[in-house]
Amino acid sequence: MLITCPYCGPRDVSEFAYQGDGNRSRPDPSSTDLAAWNAYVYDRLNPAGAHNEIWQHAGGCRAHLAVVRDTLSHEISSVRFAREKGAPAHGRRKSGAKP
Amino acid sequence: MVEQLSPLAAVFRPGSHGNFVDGVGVTLSEMAPGSIVQLAAWPGEEKKLIAAITSLTGLKLADGAGAGAASERHTVFGFAPGKFLLTDTAEGLVSAAGVVTPAMGTITDLSHGRTAIRVAGPRSEWVLAKLFAVDFSLVAFPQGSGISTAHHDIFAQIQRSGPDRFDLYVFRSFARSFWKMLCHASDEVGYEVR
Ligand SMILES: [Zn+2]
Repeated sequence: MLITCPYCGPRDVSEFAYQGDGNRSRPDPSSTDLAAWNAYVYDRLNPAGAHNEIWQHAGGCRAHLAVVRDTLSHEISSVRFAREKGAPAHGRRKSGAKP
Repeated sequence: MVEQLSPLAAVFRPGSHGNFVDGVGVTLSEMAPGSIVQLAAWPGEEKKLIAAITSLTGLKLADGAGAGAASERHTVFGFAPGKFLLTDTAEGLVSAAGVVTPAMGTITDLSHGRTAIRVAGPRSEWVLAKLFAVDFSLVAFPQGSGISTAHHDIFAQIQRSGPDRFDLYVFRSFARSFWKMLCHASDEVGYEVR
């Protein structure tokens, strides 16, 4: 599997570290909304298809990347720097949302 | 300045080695620049940092990922967004680099922290391709440009300093192990240490 880093270009997956589900958004640290924290920590969409993910190019430029990867085919449809705000190409889903 | 000892000294054997009967495929050497520094720009300060590098070294740096340049004295290349590796054959670059102001970014002296190894010769792409999962062709990796990559989770920064020549910057504490592995990888094509 190759991930095309926006800085480094296409690189082997062995250079990247998976940083988790990219759909989560952390509640405000001072929030006492237990349901929101529970959803943030435990709820995952686990889709069979396009999935928002955070990866770090740990063995390269070390940038954090927002990647959309198909969990069935490993096809990667978009990669951008995670610090660049805005929804990924296929749209962002609500954290904790269940079908 | 403190006199630097090479971490490669114990395993550095000048001369021809391996399968060199049909010619030497690569030449391996230690570059030992006097100074190696890492420069990092704060977000939005990248252009100013590049201008500061130009005023310090006289080297023009293209505005693009991995862009680099080299002169007799200096080498520079981008290895991450807003980050550059800069070397000088002379010592004391970190104090000369006052042109990089705290408002612009940071400067980190790596002179004693990295070992610079040069791989040159017609089979250098072939040998390095054994070690790194990177496209070393001239099209994907143009002359002057640099990259960050890793070998078995150990970082390496590489600049192409010629059509058949690569300069590798590896952690000093791993340099001897890396050198021995590089020699093994070069055995097949014949190599000269100099
Ligand atoms: Zn990268």
